[in-house]
Amino acid sequence: MTSVLFVFLAILLAPFYAAVILKVKAFFGGKKGPPLLINYYTLVKLIKKGSVYSTSTTAIFKLGPMVSLCAAITVLMFLPIAGQPPIFAFQGDIIFLLYLLGLGRFFTIAAAMDTASPFEGMGAAREAYFPIICEATLFMILILFYVMSGDLSLAAYFSAGQPAGFWKAAGAPLLFVVLALFIVMLTENSRVPVDDPATHLELTMIHEVMVLDHSGPDFAFIELGSFIKLFFYSTMITRLVCPVTLGYPAVDLVVFLATMGVVYVAVGVTESVMARYRMDKVPQFVLTSFALAFFATVISLEFLK
Amino acid sequence: MQTDFLEIGNGKAVDRHRIPHLAFEDFRTQAMALVDSGGKVVQYFAYEEGDGIKLLAVLRTDRLLTAGCDAPEAYPAMSLTCEPFHLFERELAEQFAIRPEGHPWLKMVRYHPNYHGRKDVFGNDYKADIPGNYGYYAVEGEEIHEVAVGPVHAGVIEPGHFRFNCIGERVLHLEIQLGYQHRGIEQLLLNVSHRRLPIIAEGIAGDTAVGHGLCYAQAIEALTDKAPDDGARIIRTIGLELERLQNHVGDLGALSGDVAFLPPANYCGRMRGDFLNMSLWLCGNRFGKGLVRPGGVRFPMTDVDRETLAGRLQELKPQVCHTIELLFATPSVRARFEGCGAVSNDDAHKLGLVGPAGRACGIAYDVRREFPTEHYAQLNIPKNAKPTGDVYARARMRADEILQSMDIVESLLENPVLTQCVETAPGEPAPSAMVVTLNEAWRGEVSHCVLTDDKGQIVRYKVKDPSFHNWNGLAMSLRDTGISDFPLNNKSYNLSYCGFDL
Repeated sequence: MTSVLFVFLAILLAPFYAAVILKVKAFFGGKKGPPLLINYYTLVKLIKKGSVYSTSTTAIFKLGPMVSLCAAITVLMFLPIAGQPPIFAFQGDIIFLLYLLGLGRFFTIAAAMDTASPFEGMGAAREAYFPIICEATLFMILILFYVMSGDLSLAAYFSAGQPAGFWKAAGAPLLFVVLALFIVMLTENSRVPVDDPATHLELTMIHEVMVLDHSGPDFAFIELGSFIKLFFYSTMITRLVCPVTLGYPAVDLVVFLATMGVVYVAVGVTESVMARYRMDKVPQFVLTSFALAFFATVISLEFLK
Repeated sequence: MQTDFLEIGNGKAVDRHRIPHLAFEDFRTQAMALVDSGGKVVQYFAYEEGDGIKLLAVLRTDRLLTAGCDAPEAYPAMSLTCEPFHLFERELAEQFAIRPEGHPWLKMVRYHPNYHGRKDVFGNDYKADIPGNYGYYAVEGEEIHEVAVGPVHAGVIEPGHFRFNCIGERVLHLEIQLGYQHRGIEQLLLNVSHRRLPIIAEGIAGDTAVGHGLCYAQAIEALTDKAPDDGARIIRTIGLELERLQNHVGDLGALSGDVAFLPPANYCGRMRGDFLNMSLWLCGNRFGKGLVRPGGVRFPMTDVDRETLAGRLQELKPQVCHTIELLFATPSVRARFEGCGAVSNDDAHKLGLVGPAGRACGIAYDVRREFPTEHYAQLNIPKNAKPTGDVYARARMRADEILQSMDIVESLLENPVLTQCVETAPGEPAPSAMVVTLNEAWRGEVSHCVLTDDKGQIVRYKVKDPSFHNWNGLAMSLRDTGISDFPLNNKSYNLSYCGFDL
């Protein structure tokens, strides 16, 4: 029951945290920035609107937003939010989840290709390329976690005391893992320095350009889906950064939510202090995460012997 | 070099009878020889006189040279060996149906029927109002894809069509088709009352209101023999430099925004507003419209104005310097700017790039230094040039010019300025005269050329915005560059659509 409540809480809070990034960026730019509730206003506004469909699109186009939102919510059900046991968990679920997110991406790409717009085609090509490198990183981290915990489940890695156990077992190399996960989060969620969520320039976009043709409730689904995805990745980082569990659910929740805030602020700061990489340099940046995860694994496995 | 071309002064009227009227073959050979030996085309256009059509060219070496001839119906294109004529010949073909035989890229410029109902050189049907209706260059191959952008863009960008031929993310060729903003300004300027001329001139390109306004005013002053007083020259110089500051500061911010580095983008946006408000203080219009009129300026600059402007500039200067430092000291920004969209010095010469875009490619030409007008002869304009021709050079060029312009404005605000404001319309232009004016506006060389007939009526008003030269520079920058770097390159030029389309 609590687990179900936590999933609803996560869906409810995801848009708020995304607005924290906007606030931090505005602060660095010397502006007041939009209100912290801006994303709720936007979602409500979009849901009230109607959707417009191009005559050249098919059912795939309408399916895209729904599948990606559903994939994101399903993933959330396997996630031990604030260290609480998730609704579902089974051995090997992490691989299922990674490819569930992949399925969501596949449908977003298919919907983008369905419009036959050259912009969206370019965006789709980029969106298909960069996550491949992220996948390598995630599997490297998986290998490390599997060796250390003997489990292949998200619930086992991130609930209760396990993250603290990782730190005990691996020590400093786990810092590499945190950094690698941070890079994967920036890439998977189309943040600066990989993509620029604020730009209006179609030719430089990755994620934004693929959803140009979506409108109204469809676009609201996509937005909510991406907020949840960001929430998913930052939850993993939060649990690693702050592995304490005091045993009082309320206190743990507060600590968790505060640390989440810190992770989002870190995203905002990253976006404010650096420019975006040139498109052909992005793979190098993403590969850095793989190198970090690789070294963490090699070093830790050596220690564990 | 010894030619029959007549040397003229910037903003000095000449009797049209003194302009050498050559045989076409001599005109062609001598013009090409001048350009081949390092000269550039300032103006090359046709006009109607009596029953015939005549050509007039204004070229520049270290001097301004002019000559004319009777226009043939067709002639072997000069662009074949002498590239700087390329766009001018296309314009001639479009406006007066004079066919340059063997022109390497004979394509319409602005998509309008010629002025005399002659048979169209391009075989277009102008009843169909689709300017993009033209066969673009296409690269063929299995992995080639075309991306068409525009003419309608997001936001408040003017219309223009961009056609990219790409292999993957790499651009092989970019073709730019403009003309969507064609308002027929050159013809309009002949058919309205004199009172409306300055207003139309300031509207040729809204972001270069002072630059075009100044070219117009200087031309009319030369034709009516009414020179502005020294005070007016200083105020006009301040107006032109403020325009440069507004746009360069705005451009640096936009460049920063395009690489998703937000702090300087926000600061520059705000500071651009501050500079615009200085123009507002000077003449009641943020873009400097209504400041310059033939004979001087319409608004004085009192000591209170001077102190206010100087005070504001003093406050802004450290902020501007700090923002420029922040932008160029950030490694990730430099990584994006450096080596992106480079144009070689040789290509820049052939394309005839002007202004900051040209100076970024090592062409130091600056009208303020070489053909000074207004107060510029008394100022020491530094020789700016960067060798690399990339986005970094174009951005750095702007930053340097911002710092220089602030110094210029600061020094001009030091001493009291006295001027008699212009209240009356200018008198009648001199008959049978020709005048060409050049000014270094923020984008580069703006030039107007005015011809009058024997009754003092304006028979031809030719306008050239620096964008006319520089659009092809942007196309050249994109060769072999990632398509995702197009917006960045585009901002680094920031060219005018309406200034080109007229």
